[in-house]
Amino acid sequence: MYENMVTARQYEERLQEEYMAGKQPAFDISAGPIPGELHLAAGHEAAGAGVCQHLRDDDTVTAPHRPHHIAIAKGVDLKRMTAEIFGRESGLSGGKGGHMHLFDPDVNFACSGIIAEGCPPAVGAGLAAKKRNTDSVAVAFLGEGAIDQGAFLESLNLASVQNLPVVFVVEDNDWAISMPKERVTDVENGAQRADGFGLQGARVDADDAVAISDAAREAVGRARDGNGPTLLEVQVHRRMGHFMGDPESYRPDEDKAAAEQRDSIERLEADLRAHGVDDEEIDDLRSRAHDRVEEAIEWAKDQPEPDPDDAYEDVFVNPPSGVTDSEPSTADTGGDD
Amino acid sequence: MAQQEKDDASGQQTGRSLTMSRAMVEAIAHEMREDDEVFYMGEDVADYGGIFDSTEGLLDEFGRDRIMDVPISETAYLGAAVGAAQEGMRPIAELMFVDFFGVAMDQIYNQLAKNTYMSGGSVNVPMVLTAAVGGTYNDAAQHSQTLYGTFAHLPGMKVVVPSTAYDAKGLMHNAIRDDDPVVYMFHKRLMGIGWLPAPDGPKTGVPEDDYTIPFGSADIKREGADVTVVTLGLHVHRALEAAADLADDGIDVEVVDLRTLVPLDTDTIRDSVAKTGHLVVVDEDYRSYGVTGEIIASVAEAGLDDLEAVERVALPDVPIPYARPMEDEVVPGTDDIVAAVRAAQGDE
Repeated sequence: MYENMVTARQYEERLQEEYMAGKQPAFDISAGPIPGELHLAAGHEAAGAGVCQHLRDDDTVTAPHRPHHIAIAKGVDLKRMTAEIFGRESGLSGGKGGHMHLFDPDVNFACSGIIAEGCPPAVGAGLAAKKRNTDSVAVAFLGEGAIDQGAFLESLNLASVQNLPVVFVVEDNDWAISMPKERVTDVENGAQRADGFGLQGARVDADDAVAISDAAREAVGRARDGNGPTLLEVQVHRRMGHFMGDPESYRPDEDKAAAEQRDSIERLEADLRAHGVDDEEIDDLRSRAHDRVEEAIEWAKDQPEPDPDDAYEDVFVNPPSGVTDSEPSTADTGGDD
Repeated sequence: MAQQEKDDASGQQTGRSLTMSRAMVEAIAHEMREDDEVFYMGEDVADYGGIFDSTEGLLDEFGRDRIMDVPISETAYLGAAVGAAQEGMRPIAELMFVDFFGVAMDQIYNQLAKNTYMSGGSVNVPMVLTAAVGGTYNDAAQHSQTLYGTFAHLPGMKVVVPSTAYDAKGLMHNAIRDDDPVVYMFHKRLMGIGWLPAPDGPKTGVPEDDYTIPFGSADIKREGADVTVVTLGLHVHRALEAAADLADDGIDVEVVDLRTLVPLDTDTIRDSVAKTGHLVVVDEDYRSYGVTGEIIASVAEAGLDDLEAVERVALPDVPIPYARPMEDEVVPGTDDIVAAVRAAQGDE
């Protein structure tokens, strides 16, 4: 768990460097080696690691637009994920998906960039497990800003009424872009949403990986044993802006400073030391994480960019034939001047 | 409300240039000062000022009651805007990315767009739905769509697409004053946001006073004799760039900026095609069943004889890829427009 958290933190620190390098001096979101938006999860690591620790490869995870720490904890191929984020041919999706849309079927991991829209597919994975009588479970991760969305609330109800093996994990970092939690919901505890739908709700108030892991063990166990879904809300912290380049002018300095002080990684490290893990072991774990991250980043940067024409592949698994295609007639002709 | 109409050309002879977002915001602020019933609601529109600067600075003047941040719940707040509009208020509600329309599509196309008709005209919905559209910054398939055709296809919504600051302001005044639902789609790349550089074109002279640009009045952004390029939004600027390139080779391109898709100014398009005989339609939305087909069909219906050649340039029917080489491939560029114009000429 500690290694996963450290890997996620180091990974994102490196991604941040790579992302910003190409975008300065005047921040231009469309410039540089990593294109598009980038949402980093510094401060969320305990959620991914604490929950995914109880999952197997055949368990399904759907992640939102801030997915890296969850993907790492679920065992998504780090090299190919990195290549995807750099928009390279060897990426998980050949460069089509990008950082908000990571798919790794080998470990049943998927993402969606639309708020709360990963919840219904997780319910679907739970439904499949139930119909096939397997003991795999599905976990949908979402932010606390997503708990007012219909897709989430409808998913809670469907999972509950069908008694499906689904765990909804709300990562509460107190901010939905510029909106503090108290201005979007009148309940203090998002897990209370569970009460209205007849499923189990639980909340872990501190971003303590051990406590999150304990709560997740119970929720995942309940699902695996056929005892239905759980809504688990866990406190995390947002150490950065919503996306890279977010000036956070709406956010009080003291809130940001407080988030930076509550570091779940340092907390877990202290726990480990208290349990007799020595410096050497911790350094070992850290340096293993460092090597893995560097290897993934260097490998990804060496990968070729996709061929522009790859854009036309994969719309269908089984492309229709025998009909006129609808590609533009002039795309490659260059005309005749 | 009195409408002050000004001639486009004279209106732009002002020394004051604004970005497109500033021009939009100026119109919104003006209407909010004039009418207490106008309010703006959306995600991150207050403290943040809109992710794409669509409401920058409005919170300071109007406060949270009128510049309302809402929970992430598009069905609820867009539907609430419809309800308030039916009560006679004049809400402006923002969908942060048009790609999120699916979350709330029932409220948009079954309520917003149809209630006037279903009520036999006894109910009206004087609401503006604003939405950011467009790619070109590698944000992949769920955050880059342009979706002009989807909204224009479904009846009951007026659809506005400005390409310059001058147009953005005049069209926004008109949108807020209109008694029907108006979908106002602004291209992120045109807004003049610090972190997403705009081309030179959209920042234009903008009069300080209010003025309206009537819906259904396409604007000829460049006059030309040889080929008509019909387009909208970001691609007006790409078409103008293409026209400048082609002028070096003696091809004189006329660029028609639609400005609104509903209503569609077919007269201006047909007149231009009657003059040039060659039509190229450029759209950042998907190619099939969309704007390009509609424009070509409307010209063909009116006068097939005028039409010597037709080409269309649009996003091929694929979701928008993330990696830069692939996105560049599918989003129409200036080169694609140049090629299409040449192809249309070559068919003579």
